[in-house]
Amino acid sequence: MESRANRHTFEFYGQGMPDVDLSELQGRLIVIEGPDGVGRSTQVSMLKPWLESSGHAVLDTGMTRSALAGKGIKQAKAGITLGPISLTLFYSTDFADRLENEMIPALRAGFIVLTDRYIYSLIARAIVRGMDPAWIKSVYGLALKPDAIFYLRANVPDLIPRVLTRPTGFDYWESGMDIHLGEDHFDSFVEYQTRMVNVFDSMIDEYGFETIDATQSPDTIYKALQRRIGRLLRQMG
Amino acid sequence: MQTFGEHQFPGKLFIVEGIDGSGKSTQLSLLQQWLRREGYMVFFSEWNSSPLVKETTSRGKKKQMLTPTTFSLIHATDLADRIERHIIPPLKAGAIVLADRYIYTAFARDGARGVSPQWVRELYRFAVKPTIPFYFRVPLEVSLKRILGARAGLKHYEAGMDINLSDDIEESFRLFQGMIKDRYEAMVEEFGLTVIDATRSIEEQQDEVRALVERELQDVPKHPVRILDFEED
Repeated sequence: MESRANRHTFEFYGQGMPDVDLSELQGRLIVIEGPDGVGRSTQVSMLKPWLESSGHAVLDTGMTRSALAGKGIKQAKAGITLGPISLTLFYSTDFADRLENEMIPALRAGFIVLTDRYIYSLIARAIVRGMDPAWIKSVYGLALKPDAIFYLRANVPDLIPRVLTRPTGFDYWESGMDIHLGEDHFDSFVEYQTRMVNVFDSMIDEYGFETIDATQSPDTIYKALQRRIGRLLRQMG
Repeated sequence: MQTFGEHQFPGKLFIVEGIDGSGKSTQLSLLQQWLRREGYMVFFSEWNSSPLVKETTSRGKKKQMLTPTTFSLIHATDLADRIERHIIPPLKAGAIVLADRYIYTAFARDGARGVSPQWVRELYRFAVKPTIPFYFRVPLEVSLKRILGARAGLKHYEAGMDINLSDDIEESFRLFQGMIKDRYEAMVEEFGLTVIDATRSIEEQQDEVRALVERELQDVPKHPVRILDFEED
């Protein structure tokens, strides 16, 4: 088997998408995943300048919605007008637009794409909302397999204080209020995020997550990520 | 989750498919009028009609932002919204639901655009299986004559201009329609589409369609009255 160090090629999870020549993709795709409030965006904001100072061009993505479907999703969520299947597919449209129009062009140009969330959060949300796991995983067969998936893991009691440091507190969607899991935002948040963490945990082996204990200090987590990403990038040559 | 299996609802779902200019919409409209006159509860669901998703689709089309993959996904989102909102509830209520274009349109178009046929079939697994999927079969030259004769201005995606078949929009449309027709023909057996010979007179076609539909309506109530008890909250 040829080692990835010499010859790096991307693969799709499933059927992929037309008009993408995988042999043209030169960069690396690194994913930070984990539940709401686990500190993903803090890590991305520290990793980006570090990677850039090491001479890598970096695209950080994941927080913004796509040019195509972002507005529609925002409106749908404001009015809570879409059913669970439609919302799941609207998210997948949004993801595909970002993959094709942001991530893939950046990979083609040799960038390191550092994404805050990827398909795993979208799959987990869909499964928690009752979608058939085999179905949603096959829909995301259009996605590229990342070079590394770092799963920042924490249990729900550890997420609560972090969520409460934000001015928005327990957000409607992060609490899964659309699926009526509890009396109020707090009860619902606990139930919803517990289910999300269970689904993330069930994906560890299937997708090859590298789990990082997110109850550690942000600095410890950052050092762990630096070490692992550094090892990955030394193979880039 | 509702998947692609046979639905167990009291209503019936009849859908029409075919290339542009096959006359399917005319036939569906005539069917609708007859069913209403017969006293059935009829609900008409148009392709690409979900108001919320439509805005995104229109933006994507106008600015030519759609790739084959996002074109496919946005139409799947739209159909999911229609199914969750406009197809399943009337079927539960015992209505006859009529749809002009359904999942087979997506299979034909997306496949012609190079999207994996296997992926797109899996994508639409949430869809309710129609009682009868009608396919209006017409030779390409006949449909092209109807469309190109009657209509000014073809649209970018409609003509398949996004997949670079030809710089000439009319030529691109011809080629694209041909590719779509080939895909429909292959689906006749795959999905058991009911083929209607759309070269015959409108009246002859309608007679055949009505006869086929009528056979499925034995258990469908006319003028159904459902007393709903609901609590005010």
